Amino acid sequence: MNLALPALVPALPALGAAATLATGRRAPGFARPLAILPVAASAVLALVVALQLGGGQSLDAATRLTPTGGPAISLAIHLDGFSSLISLLVGLVATCVQVYSTAYLKDDPRYPSYAALVSLFTAAMFLVVYSGDLVVLLVGWEIMGICSYFLIGHHWESADARSASLKAFLVTKLGDIPFLFGILLLGSDAGTFRISGVLEAAAGGRLGHPTLIALLLLAGVAGKSAQFPLHTWLPDAMAGPTPVSALIHAATMVAAGIYLVARLLPVFLLSGAALLVLSVMAAVTMVGSALCALAQDDLKRVLAYSTVGQLGYMAGALASGDRDAAVFHLISHGAFKALLFLTAGVVIHAAHTNSISAMSRMPDLRRRVPDAYWTMGIALVALVGLPPFSGFFSKEAVLTAAEHAATGEAITNGLGPASAVPAAGGWIVLVSGAFTALLTAAYATRLWLVAFHAQATAAPAAPEPGQANGHAEGAPYSPEIDEAGTQLEPHAMRWPLWVLAVPTMGFGVAGLRPDWLPSLLDGGSLRPSTGTAVIGTALALAGILVAYAAWRSGTARAAAAARTVPAGQAAAGAAADPGRTLLGPLFGPAQHGFHVDRLYSALFVRPTTAAAQLVRFLDREVIETYVRGTGGGANLLGWLVRRAQNGNAQAYVSALLAGVVLLAVLVAVGT
Amino acid sequence: MHLVYPVVLAALLFSVGVYGVLARRNAILVLMSVELMLNAVNLNLVAFDAWLRDSLHAGQALTLFIITVAAAEIGLGLAIVLLVFRNRGTADIDRLTALGDPNEDAAEAAAEAAVPNDRAAA
Repeated sequence: MNLALPALVPALPALGAAATLATGRRAPGFARPLAILPVAASAVLALVVALQLGGGQSLDAATRLTPTGGPAISLAIHLDGFSSLISLLVGLVATCVQVYSTAYLKDDPRYPSYAALVSLFTAAMFLVVYSGDLVVLLVGWEIMGICSYFLIGHHWESADARSASLKAFLVTKLGDIPFLFGILLLGSDAGTFRISGVLEAAAGGRLGHPTLIALLLLAGVAGKSAQFPLHTWLPDAMAGPTPVSALIHAATMVAAGIYLVARLLPVFLLSGAALLVLSVMAAVTMVGSALCALAQDDLKRVLAYSTVGQLGYMAGALASGDRDAAVFHLISHGAFKALLFLTAGVVIHAAHTNSISAMSRMPDLRRRVPDAYWTMGIALVALVGLPPFSGFFSKEAVLTAAEHAATGEAITNGLGPASAVPAAGGWIVLVSGAFTALLTAAYATRLWLVAFHAQATAAPAAPEPGQANGHAEGAPYSPEIDEAGTQLEPHAMRWPLWVLAVPTMGFGVAGLRPDWLPSLLDGGSLRPSTGTAVIGTALALAGILVAYAAWRSGTARAAAAARTVPAGQAAAGAAADPGRTLLGPLFGPAQHGFHVDRLYSALFVRPTTAAAQLVRFLDREVIETYVRGTGGGANLLGWLVRRAQNGNAQAYVSALLAGVVLLAVLVAVGT
Repeated sequence: MHLVYPVVLAALLFSVGVYGVLARRNAILVLMSVELMLNAVNLNLVAFDAWLRDSLHAGQALTLFIITVAAAEIGLGLAIVLLVFRNRGTADIDRLTALGDPNEDAAEAAAEAAVPNDRAAA
């Protein structure tokens, strides 16, 4: 196979980004083709590479970058089913997002730099996916981080976007530092940075500290994939433009952590403790984020928390030792979550608000954006996981993997013994996964009903009480309100939705036959087992019904309230929120992400600020005093010397004579 | 004649000269004191020359040189003093301080402003 093709896949978007940055200011007309064409070409090339590679094959090629004295760093490519599939997903989503952005950011003066950063991001993600060397992978990993920082801060006029981008950068970096040490330790233990060499070392039992390495790597994964202790940046990252959220914070970058664990799963299988930590992390993440999603009023924050939860599913599958299920869910989730974000962008464009309770007062919203209405419905059903949509199969694959792990017969597909996976981790993932399925169904239903199914009682011309409601404290700045174009659904914003709706609906069946999707991966079965399928579907249906019932009773109560108090529409809007009814006293904490931010602020931010103030004090008052003292001392000495120069020649001669006498006495005494 | 007489005389002469240079105010008297010091040296040179019985009489030769140079020096010095007196109306050494630190009061003020830690500037 010609190695130029896979090398071109990351190179083309990077070149496109450079060209866009170079010409963006002088020739803005080229920005759009330069943004779309390289990414689309890369997507096609990724498809060609995947087809040429075929199922079950893998390809490794490397050229050594530089002799380092230690383990060599090589520019390596590793292609197998995992990287082919994920590169296809990245190419597809990135192309859709670039096309969508041409309409979404049509009047944005900073469109060229935006498009260049999206292209650069795409290149970095391709690099991460294709790289066969951990250090080169780290390069792509960090480029993604910095692109994410710039893109979240795209609307840097607003303080929210600035602080959100800083937060995302700092929190992910907090994970990246242990990650770097993990890679270095892994490289020194295995004697090479090549992933194939590392896996050989893991299989041969030559890794000295598997638990330490796995835990260090998990810190980076938690940062990048927004898992529990480091998840707080992702909901705030929604301050960026919606297509960026779709590409980076839903479909691709956050999946990089999952992909990395999948690639290095044999290393993780050496350490039961790390897998247990991963499963607890995944369980806390999915349940907590689903509860938060049920309480959010901002459409994009609901989706962000849902992303965190679905990433928790993937981490749970990895903790159960089944990377096929994790990657399966990664791909189906990437498609439907990108679709959800793109539809959210259309809806926000049309509604001119991020708040779903404000949308609930727009009775004709779903008629104004029919494509977004239907595709969002499709994507939400996939998210809930009802058959036959893709989310059902991938989620059930995860639950099946967890069930097998819980009964002690984990599906590791030959990467390690089944006993390597702790059964407790399997139980944790299984129980929390089932509970999350219920919650996911509830919040998806709530989102759908509240956003699109306006209450009949609310007057269409109600004077936007939702502004106070929708922009409650903590709600991020929503730039989309200012970006709204004239046409509600331009073509460039419409057809990416349907393109992404196809895999959302149909991709799931790929896991049914062992010679379809599983043959590209490790070959394990992705067919859902009957028990978990029935339980999962039943829980999802229960969630839908509960949310619907709560919404109906809330609407009825609101209607009654509206009849008695005609001016009480703000109260009615709040009462009709099924999340408030379902969560009860948990609603307040859940709305603020269980105050994790406040906890971090008390634990880390404030001590850091206090330490910084102490350093400032020491600098200003102590060190600067010394500096000023030297200046003052020199001045004082100078002043003294000046006093001696009084112009009286006789005084000079007297001093000279005194010096001579002194010297003479000294010489006489000395000898 | 014992050496000690001329040497003591030379030391006394030199001391008188030093006193005159350091203590007299009139520039002409200062110049005269310098001449006294030079002549004390001359006296030493001649005395030691005689005492050591130097065959080349280097001390005496050097004395002649010094007398010549002193004559030239006093001529120049008196001319300078004359010109200074014409310009300034005085020949007092302690009033001729133009080569000293010129603006004593302003310099002191500046020095005092610079010495304490000026926080306002920081």
